[in-house]
Amino acid sequence: MKFNISTSLKYSLAITLNLLLIPAAIADDAARGLEIATETDRRDTGFIDLTAEMVMELKNKQGQTNTRQVRVKTLEVEGDGDKGLSIFDTPADIKGTASLTYSHALKPDEQWLYLPALKRVKRISSKNKSGPFMGSEFAYEDISSQEIEKYTYKYIKDETLNGIDTFVIERYPAYKFSGYTRQLVWINKKEYRPEKIDFYDRKNVLLKTLTYHGYQQYLNQFWRSDVMKMVNHQTGKSTTLTWKNYQFKNGLTDSDFNRNSLKRAR
Amino acid sequence: MKTRISSLLISTLICSSPAVAEWSGNFSLQNRYFFHSPLPLIEDSSQEQYYPSVSSEVEYYTDWDNQDRSITIKGFLRLDQYDVERTHGDLREFYYQYVFTDWELRMGISKVYWGVTEAQHLVDIINQNDAVENIDNEDKLGQPMFMLSRELDSGTVNVFVLPYFRERTFKGIDGRPATTSFIDSNFASYESSKEQKHIDYAARWFSYLDDLEYGLSVFSGTSREPVLLPRIINSNNTLTPYYPQMTQFALDAQLTTEEWLYKLELIHRDWQQFDFNQFKLVDTRFTALTAGFEYTIVGIMQSYADLGIVMEYLYDDRDHESTNLFQNDVMLGLRLAMNDSDSSEALLGIIYDMDYYERAVSLEAKRRFMGNWTAELEARFFSNTNSQSITHGLRHEDFLQLDLSYHF
Repeated sequence: MKFNISTSLKYSLAITLNLLLIPAAIADDAARGLEIATETDRRDTGFIDLTAEMVMELKNKQGQTNTRQVRVKTLEVEGDGDKGLSIFDTPADIKGTASLTYSHALKPDEQWLYLPALKRVKRISSKNKSGPFMGSEFAYEDISSQEIEKYTYKYIKDETLNGIDTFVIERYPAYKFSGYTRQLVWINKKEYRPEKIDFYDRKNVLLKTLTYHGYQQYLNQFWRSDVMKMVNHQTGKSTTLTWKNYQFKNGLTDSDFNRNSLKRAR
Repeated sequence: MKTRISSLLISTLICSSPAVAEWSGNFSLQNRYFFHSPLPLIEDSSQEQYYPSVSSEVEYYTDWDNQDRSITIKGFLRLDQYDVERTHGDLREFYYQYVFTDWELRMGISKVYWGVTEAQHLVDIINQNDAVENIDNEDKLGQPMFMLSRELDSGTVNVFVLPYFRERTFKGIDGRPATTSFIDSNFASYESSKEQKHIDYAARWFSYLDDLEYGLSVFSGTSREPVLLPRIINSNNTLTPYYPQMTQFALDAQLTTEEWLYKLELIHRDWQQFDFNQFKLVDTRFTALTAGFEYTIVGIMQSYADLGIVMEYLYDDRDHESTNLFQNDVMLGLRLAMNDSDSSEALLGIIYDMDYYERAVSLEAKRRFMGNWTAELEARFFSNTNSQSITHGLRHEDFLQLDLSYHF
């Protein structure tokens, strides 16, 4: 304390300290965000495979509704994105149409479509991830497998959401053709499962909100919600997904998720 | 005790895996309107401008053994007010399928699709065209087959034995669109003395290297495409279908990148053709291909709609003797998908012939309404036909078609 530090020096030191501290704080929030995302992912790892039935209800601004029934099969792939098969039962004119997706953490997803009238399997470009899934308010990227590497993260704050203690984190899509600049995710502190997601469009304006309802735990580990509701704030339209008959560990293998099994999908 | 009984019941149900039985299909009303009155080419024909028809397709499917065994039956029927040949029925499918580990066996009447391109389907050869349905060759007749498929780590092998041949359907004398000469399907002839009972064979190897998917196939047997032989029937110039034996080697490949799809179909065929100078059938070999790309603009004008752009080049080295309409042509296609809840979509296709300077335009649009109904509009224009070419006969055959269908 013998040093006679001039005020100007003190001032510049303070600035230097601040400059050092701010990036450190940013790095901290990024690390914390990633940590929360990693824990969320870890807790949902090991389900091996999953089959479920889904009813989509599309509602327009006038309240008119439209429904679709889809059966979904998922195979967990270690160290990469999951494999998924969706079979459409209604509307009747597209009955039997099926899609196969190999999602990847960093590479673009691979996607095939089976058209039953022509018996044709078509490999399609995976670029339109931001497009609506079957005319609904869900985009392909909203329903595809959520890998850690698909986003970068930032912890924002803790918040109580409808009586539930949550972490609020922000995530930024790494995918260049994503329809979003960022997503705000509310994650249940106790169970590390998403409760709500706000989606911001390419102009960074709030586009949609997804909320999860009726969570149930399966095999003492995996949380799945019975109802997922997506509201589009810009169009007033909404889509509700009602899930039924979640079945884990059915003994599915890679051969249930290839071009041949896509042709046979029922 | 109660729980034991119910769990026993559940396990019995799961083990025996009860058969699933499903009915599905559609009923459809079709209106076809031809813009021009018919050309008076054939005596005793009474072609119209407006052709109404109704059709139905019904499928029954059942499976058991955890979906490893299944039976599929699909029937089709169309009733056309004026064209007796277009009034027809077909058993599109009636087959038994058995899947065991990496093997798949299929026995019965079925349909198989090979290929990747959009403008034409050169490689797709197993099923005969139900050509009386539409001129786009996308409707197929059921093909009796025995198919064995084996999945390997490196790809999939399919082997086919095809014990019975189906003749191509052609419109009747009162039907349209009409070509210059009437094709009379009642006078079909064959190179093989076994005629329709000749046994055909085919095989295909399908594999991939990263984002390149390819299929190599071979077919040996009765040509699905007939050679049209000139003949005078009832003092009319008539064409009759002749089905030679043929061998075809084919390649189909697609390279998929994030934004572009690159497609190729290539065939080489040992065949016969009719030489008008010698006025007889001669052996011939030819090569034909379709090659092109597809690019999709996602979210055009900040909407949810996608616009796909397809360009394909169509080539056939038989040149002017080609029985194929597309010997040196370019196809441009624009596909608009609205991605709305009614699945509204439209496809505009233009094929330009660079030898004859001809143009054919097609427009297809489709949407769903009231949940189970669809409306499908199709228009075809054969403008600017050249009197030297086979399509010249189509110059008065521009038409508009509307299909209203109920699906169940």
